[in-house]
Amino acid sequence: MAEIKNNSQKNTPVGMIVEQLYLFFDNKVPRYLVMSAMTAFLIYLPLSSSRFTQEIMANLFFYVVVCLGLNIIVGFAGLLHLGYAAFFAVGAYTTGILSSVYGVNFWLTLPFSIIAAVIAGLAIGAPTLRLRGDYLAIVTLGFGEIIRLTVRNLEITGGAIGLIGIQRPVLFGVVLNQITHFYYLFFILAIIAIFVSYRLHDSRLGRAWEYIREDEDAASAMGINVVSTRLYAFIIGSAFGALAGSLYAAKMTAISPESFMFIHSVMILLAVVLGGMGKIPGVILGAVIVTLIPELSRDIGQFRLIIFAVLLLILMLYRPQGIWPERQGISTKL
Amino acid sequence: MALLEIKDLTLRFGGLCAVNKLSLEIEEGSIRSLIGPNGAGKTCVFNCLTGFYKPSDGDMIFMGESLVKRKPHIITYKGMARTFQNLRLFQQMTVFENVMSGMHCRSSAGFIGAVLRTGSQKLEEKKIREVAEECLDFVGILDKKYYMAKNLPYGDQRRVEWARALATQPKLLLLDEPAAGLNKEEKSRLIDLMRRIRDERKITIFLIEHDMGLVMKVSEKIFVIDYGVKIAEGEAKEVQDNPRVIEAYLGKEEEEDAV
Repeated sequence: MAEIKNNSQKNTPVGMIVEQLYLFFDNKVPRYLVMSAMTAFLIYLPLSSSRFTQEIMANLFFYVVVCLGLNIIVGFAGLLHLGYAAFFAVGAYTTGILSSVYGVNFWLTLPFSIIAAVIAGLAIGAPTLRLRGDYLAIVTLGFGEIIRLTVRNLEITGGAIGLIGIQRPVLFGVVLNQITHFYYLFFILAIIAIFVSYRLHDSRLGRAWEYIREDEDAASAMGINVVSTRLYAFIIGSAFGALAGSLYAAKMTAISPESFMFIHSVMILLAVVLGGMGKIPGVILGAVIVTLIPELSRDIGQFRLIIFAVLLLILMLYRPQGIWPERQGISTKL
Repeated sequence: MALLEIKDLTLRFGGLCAVNKLSLEIEEGSIRSLIGPNGAGKTCVFNCLTGFYKPSDGDMIFMGESLVKRKPHIITYKGMARTFQNLRLFQQMTVFENVMSGMHCRSSAGFIGAVLRTGSQKLEEKKIREVAEECLDFVGILDKKYYMAKNLPYGDQRRVEWARALATQPKLLLLDEPAAGLNKEEKSRLIDLMRRIRDERKITIFLIEHDMGLVMKVSEKIFVIDYGVKIAEGEAKEVQDNPRVIEAYLGKEEEEDAV
């Protein structure tokens, strides 16, 4: 079966190491062992770590969720989306307004947040997903700015100051106001996001996205409705972002338009591209890198962005498909 | 009544008339060929039929319904499948996944089914896999189902395309130059396969082909077009002797005399 192996990834030493790891994890037993060990460690972590670490980790889980959400749009369906922050703004503001202005229970705001994201996703997706390629990137870029400027100028969203006094969620009589609570909350959300991503990937819908990404015309000749299938990806991805945004609002209790800048959309997209578009473990890895590198390199201050940029350039030159390797020809699955 | 009826089909690109008032009928259970010199407009006819091009004029009636202004995926759903002149496989996916794509229009699971793995979704997935395996078996490459499509030899890639088209469970199969790039042995197997598709699966076949030998062998009736106009139709022998066909392919005799 030598000819099936993809040679392009074996050129670099990093590629080889990852390749070996990948083959190792293709086996179910080590995969589940490592996964349960990691889960156990992450459950235990808050008991023995500082608030600072927990804060970073909670932020990391948040990033995992939004990156997986964007991965459905960019990675699975192959649609370049440059305004993703707008969708978690939609979620955060829906929860924020309902909670601080109308006093609605946090958990009840979640369905509204999803509905708002679906409406926003439809509004922007339905007219633009007929277009090919780059047009969508421009429209989403514009949409991101429109949302940010809208919440900045509306009265109900608190203008430039933003919203304050968003209620803390209450779970089984406990008010969730400690960082440890949010650590676990985001952890659970991240696990759900990973689970849903895998399930979607291995489904009829997930395959349809892959077909369209590979060859749009052939996909439609096979009876796949390209526009509605893409719209589906767009809406699901948006809903992921909105849910994460709602939790973000509950954690911060205050949100302002500056939390949803273009740079956030870029960082999320970066994590997805860095790890490997469409590859779930790769995207998680990308989210980890994008959150941890700035934290770990805090000492060098402003230079860290430069280091980040150089790292990215090197990666894109030597491994444009992202850190995570491509699929092999014959999988051990099935 | 004919399975497919094309009436005065016209396709213009600006001033160029790619297909001009073409009319033809395909009866159910037949194998029909469309031939013509390069650039005669054959693939344009296919693209109109499958919804990739919008015809400027005329009508196409498939199983009693007009196909004009229908989207490609609807036409596939109605029972017309096609292959492409230049292979259009999903390169980065396995052979099996490629063929599973054909079942997309015959299944319906959405987000909820995918995430919760409901009973009906599992049944449907099982069905998709069964049909895909059966189609791969039919074209004879079941043993290669976990290969990446791009890693297969050309002849096998063609067969993946066939299996993929069969998996849509069509009534009419449009084949755009199925023998292009195949060697002699592969061509004879191709003829076999076409007959089996027609006889065992009751699928009508309409093909475009350059290889005259193959066309003559396999099809009962041939349509010849040149510059988008139908210049002849009939059985292999009739068409072969038709002076207009000879003229289209070889040029006029007077011209040759002049040279």
